Amino acid sequence: MFRKLTLTAATMLALTSGQVFAAEAETEIEDFAFSFEGPFGSFDQMQLQRGLQIYTEVCSACHGLEFVAFRTLHDEGGPALPEDQMRAYAEFYEVYDESIEDYRAATPADKFPAVTGAGAPDLSLMAKSRAGFHGPLGSGINQLVKGMGGAEYIASILSGYHETPECAPEDFDGYYNVAFAPGGYPEECLDDHGHRTVPGSWIGMAPPLWGDDVEYADGHSTELHHEAQDVAAFLMWTAEPKMMARKQAGLSGVILLIMLSVLLYLTNKRLWAPHKHKD
Amino acid sequence: MSGIPHDHYEPKTGIEKWLHTRLPIVGLVYDTLMLPTPKNLNWMWIWGIVLAFTLVLQIATGIVLVMHYTPHVDLAFASVEHIMRDVNGGHMIRYFHANGASLFFVAVYLHIFRGLYYGSYKAPREVTWIIGMLMYLMMMGTAFMGYVLPWGQMSFHGTAVITGLFGAIPFIGESIQTWLLGASAVGQPALNRFFSLHYLLPFVLLGLTIVHVWAFHTTGNNNPTGVEVRRTSKEDAAKDTLPFWPYFVIKDLFALAVVLAVFMAIVGFMPNYLGHPDNYIPANPLATPSHIVPEWYFLPFYAILRAFTADVWLVQLVNFVSFGIIDAKFFGVLAMFGAIAVMALAPWLDTSSVRSGRYRPMFKWWFALLAFDFLVLMWVGAMPTDGIYPYISLIAATYWFGYFLVLLPLLGVIEKPLPQPATIEDDFNAHYAPKAGASASAKSAE
Repeated sequence: MFRKLTLTAATMLALTSGQVFAAEAETEIEDFAFSFEGPFGSFDQMQLQRGLQIYTEVCSACHGLEFVAFRTLHDEGGPALPEDQMRAYAEFYEVYDESIEDYRAATPADKFPAVTGAGAPDLSLMAKSRAGFHGPLGSGINQLVKGMGGAEYIASILSGYHETPECAPEDFDGYYNVAFAPGGYPEECLDDHGHRTVPGSWIGMAPPLWGDDVEYADGHSTELHHEAQDVAAFLMWTAEPKMMARKQAGLSGVILLIMLSVLLYLTNKRLWAPHKHKD
Repeated sequence: MSGIPHDHYEPKTGIEKWLHTRLPIVGLVYDTLMLPTPKNLNWMWIWGIVLAFTLVLQIATGIVLVMHYTPHVDLAFASVEHIMRDVNGGHMIRYFHANGASLFFVAVYLHIFRGLYYGSYKAPREVTWIIGMLMYLMMMGTAFMGYVLPWGQMSFHGTAVITGLFGAIPFIGESIQTWLLGASAVGQPALNRFFSLHYLLPFVLLGLTIVHVWAFHTTGNNNPTGVEVRRTSKEDAAKDTLPFWPYFVIKDLFALAVVLAVFMAIVGFMPNYLGHPDNYIPANPLATPSHIVPEWYFLPFYAILRAFTADVWLVQLVNFVSFGIIDAKFFGVLAMFGAIAVMALAPWLDTSSVRSGRYRPMFKWWFALLAFDFLVLMWVGAMPTDGIYPYISLIAATYWFGYFLVLLPLLGVIEKPLPQPATIEDDFNAHYAPKAGASASAKSAE
């Protein structure tokens, strides 16, 4: 009986955890295939560097990365810029230094400046503070397979700008985005029961990427879809810079514990055998 | 009740005798480790060890985390990110600690439901049960305050909701809420005191663990048959039991290793699955998250809290009878604490003389329904409060109370129990038959 109950408990646990809401606002989150998904997935160093380039040339105008230190761009398991490049990159930024009460060029020990104004959120943790997947029925259970989908959410927002639907008034504030749920929504687009008739909502951010916004040194495609994925992957790294070390530790830990379990199982079996009349 | 008869520690060498007459500590350790333990314990008796290990894990990781954490509303969130990014191994320590809370509650729920099924709460183990319930309450308090410390959106607004529960108490509620928070709203004073208590309570928990173990070492363990170990003589007792060391230590360590392998996989591969994305957004008093959901382990009782809304006739009746003092909000708070109180009172609510659910044909099914009910409450606690969900919570919450307040007293009277094995030895031999020639004693029911 307990075995069954335990199994049900595990299922229910899976069912109730994570962000578990009824999907009151439907969004279109594309399930992009990222290289870092799953227990054995790893960051694609070139993709992180391309993402850094997009962040630098486009996003950084309005969004900061206040928890990310420049030196970590050199870290293994991240973009792993060569040290001279990382130092040169840091100098490109100005940070406020309280000890001299003035601005100076950033050093590797500094963090990306926080960008205030514009009301744009900091992006350091964006990929962990949004869940792309909530289904089915808001149960969140598909996160077991797909992960939280933070990077998917970001990439979907960036490529989710569409023509404004016909139901909306022309002067409605913001830009229509099929992947964004919490934004404004014109009453004209609700049906008689108050349900939304078109997915997504209206977002304050103007479309930041259009395709061909940057020129990649590695010659990778600059289609909108690819750019969106590259910067989303980079933001996954800024949110979870130790992901590779973590998965490595997890794998070693699981293997060692399984070996320990086997040894203890055999010890236990041998120990009990005379009392279970099995020897 | 006197303990199970067994050999006690005898100091042999001179130095052992010298120490033993001054401080019998070796004897204490020996008697604890060599405790005669029913040899038919099944795999549901492993959760105690898992819990003891988890408490130590949480204290050890917690002590390191405190070295790098800053309990200040402007710095707490950044100090957690400092742990995640700059502290050596900090990301693993923090993920162990955060997911350790979940492991703690998985183990405690299985431990509690094991006790409920096999009647471990019944005489003479009521004190063990009551102390266990106190520990469970303390765990919930500790876990809640720990979740506040990163000072994310859920930390902040969850605190506002939970301390708001105390605000629902008539007349003195608001004063209590202010006293708890140290201010009229969630802020620096609340963060400071939650940090202080989050560090203190685990050590109280450690002390209670010792008392909990002391209590059941006095009465002896319960076991799947619920039949007591024979205390008639040392020889009889030895037929029903095996010493804790090495038999149960090795068995428990094996189970612990398996549980930790699963735990390690969660920490290594999906450490944020049981968390909430909103808590990676720094606390902002001005922006309330669209849904404030407690951690999964609070959901069953959160569901009971929300189940009794103003349109339930019982709530209206109580409201009327109490001249409006007990409104729907306060009723919900009473129900939530009451749900744990009725569980703590199980030893006195259960009228059956049979301990183990194995020999109680009707109880068995009602218990299975209770376990299912608990899972339903956990699920519905995370659902919104419209549509069909309020009805589901109300039915599930009602069953929770019905089980303890109606079924447990009633079943003991109307149920005809199955025959129980005469001794633990009989039950054990029924599973592991002695070889031909040995006296095959009566087969037990199962």
